[in-house]
Amino acid sequence: MDRPIRVLVAKPGLDGHDRGAKVIARALRDAGMEVIYTGLRQTPEQIVNAAIQEDVDVIAASILSGAHATLLPRISALLKKEDAEDILFVAGGVIPEDDIPELIEKGIKAVFTPGTPTTVTVKFIEENVRK
Amino acid sequence: MFDKDKLPQLKSSLEKYDELTKKMTDKRPERKDVFKSGSGDPVKNVYTPLDIEEFDYSESLGMPGSYPYTRGVQPNMYRGKLWTMRMYAGFATAEESNKRYKYLVEQGSSGLSVAFDLPTQIGYDSDHALAEGEVGKVGVAIDSLKDMEVLFDGIPLDKVSTSMTINAPASVLLAMYIAVGEKQGVSADQLRGTIQNDILKEYIARGTYIFPTEPSMRLITDIFEYCSKEVPQWNTISISGYHIREAGSTAAQEVGFTLADGIAYVEAALKAGLKVDEFAPRLSFFFNSHNDLLEEVAKFRAARRLWAKIMKERFGAENPKSMMLKFHTQTGGSTLTAQQPDNNIIRVTIQTLAAVLGGTQSLHTNSRDEALALPSEDSVRIALRTQQIVGHESGVTNSVDPLAGSYFIEAMTDKIEEEALAYITKIDEIGGAPKAIDNGYIQQEIMDAAYQYQKDIESNDRVVVGVNQYQIKEGPPKGLLRVDLSVGEQQKKQLVDLKASRDNDAVEKTLVALKTACHGTDNLMPYIIDAVKVYATLGEITQVMRDVFGEYQQNVMI
Repeated sequence: MDRPIRVLVAKPGLDGHDRGAKVIARALRDAGMEVIYTGLRQTPEQIVNAAIQEDVDVIAASILSGAHATLLPRISALLKKEDAEDILFVAGGVIPEDDIPELIEKGIKAVFTPGTPTTVTVKFIEENVRK
Repeated sequence: MFDKDKLPQLKSSLEKYDELTKKMTDKRPERKDVFKSGSGDPVKNVYTPLDIEEFDYSESLGMPGSYPYTRGVQPNMYRGKLWTMRMYAGFATAEESNKRYKYLVEQGSSGLSVAFDLPTQIGYDSDHALAEGEVGKVGVAIDSLKDMEVLFDGIPLDKVSTSMTINAPASVLLAMYIAVGEKQGVSADQLRGTIQNDILKEYIARGTYIFPTEPSMRLITDIFEYCSKEVPQWNTISISGYHIREAGSTAAQEVGFTLADGIAYVEAALKAGLKVDEFAPRLSFFFNSHNDLLEEVAKFRAARRLWAKIMKERFGAENPKSMMLKFHTQTGGSTLTAQQPDNNIIRVTIQTLAAVLGGTQSLHTNSRDEALALPSEDSVRIALRTQQIVGHESGVTNSVDPLAGSYFIEAMTDKIEEEALAYITKIDEIGGAPKAIDNGYIQQEIMDAAYQYQKDIESNDRVVVGVNQYQIKEGPPKGLLRVDLSVGEQQKKQLVDLKASRDNDAVEKTLVALKTACHGTDNLMPYIIDAVKVYATLGEITQVMRDVFGEYQQNVMI
């Protein structure tokens, strides 16, 4: 790619815990990516619209409220509907191990749980983003 | 305090000591170039009277229960009674949560602490589109007085004290609590408890805000005023550093930003015409307890001393109760690891000791599985037992403020007070906490500290056991609590039933009255109480206020 990777860091749902989202946003920025942060309380529709309008390569959604099983698959379904599945969709937060296979099946490309070094997320994005 | 004549002598022996240790460390370097506290402040190898040269016992400490309350707000502290063991709990429906409360009381928990789900905290009923997937997840779903009646069924409100973690719609939930009390035959003046009611830290760190700053401050001062007359035993606010710390702040920032918020509330109440000694005795605080035991103890002591000075010197308080910083503590959720979750029991034990040695009035201990899910019953019991063991077996409760007089503790207490005061001065220059939040100063300072913390972990400058050292291969954790999606459906159905069975004309009438009051200057509490009593829902009441007050717009930054 001849331009930096563009990432939308998103907070879906009503969850107000944004420390993780902001730390990831800074780490991605320090890794040379362009980062847009949505702020809190975004609906899946708002997130997908923002991703398309901002022409991002990646959506990184952070969720700690337990609503991941409802909200994350809705984002991937909307990406499909908008024919934007080439946007790499990853998520992180307090998400039980048992829930991850279903999320992956529904189109979330990776789920990063607490304690994951930011370097792991950076590397995953660099290796899997559309080329 | 110290014999000034002997200090030069001490200075020279310290120099000798420094030479000696230098010779030693030249040969064999220490484990780290710089030793840092949990908050990242450099810590010296040894502390002596030279670090607290100006220390004056009466001025710096005083006796426990006396100004400036450094040593504690009560004269005999835990010799009289232990702190209130207050476990934060709530999930799924009111019925489920009611069972958990009864279990906790049976196990020796001495106060209730209600966790509400996010829709409730943001003023949406369970059938709101934005509530989808969130109902009953991080706390109990409360849509109307009906749910609240179930939540406290069989729990006599004149016997327990109840803390409710509710902020933007605090007035509505307090109104419901008053109404439940009334149905149980308990008058408002017998009710004891706390509402969090701290909107400023929601803007800073926690995120469950609804209304803009000005109407939010009005709701808060309305509650101060109403409770000072009608619910005199109620703590009307819990000014919270907890979430500021969880968002990544240092210990000194936690104190500085929290007390700056406190100053803003006092100023708002004074501006609304209240007298400082009328409402200040009911102000309470809420702090975090992290792993650096000594730094945390110093933090609690510094917060108490600084607040006492602020209330006395800045606001001219005369009632000693207005100067006492009473606080609840919760152990640090963000210090817990998803890796090897049983290790969290040990972290929580250290944090419990810090809170107790720091003189807390009540404590919630986190459960080992909180980095993974809501706590299971077994995990909650261990967390509660941790408090009971520290309280009854460790011996630290026998004497008041037993760490006082330690050169290290006193030096650290001075330092945290000084740094916190510098933040308060800076915020005063910006024009007060609400302005320093609007322009993002406070959030940015916290975020800088949070990012540094993460970098320290990734560079292995900071060891987190099980995360960046001593890792093992683990299977997925067992026995996690799961909240069923059917909770949302159940709540929705109950709302339909409620709206079909209540007196809708009465609801309409109270909501119209509330709307008119919102436009005017009357105290809103009586109007809200009227509305909840006829079963207007939380969402309906909040919507009226949204229509009049508008919504807060977050300053988005990274």
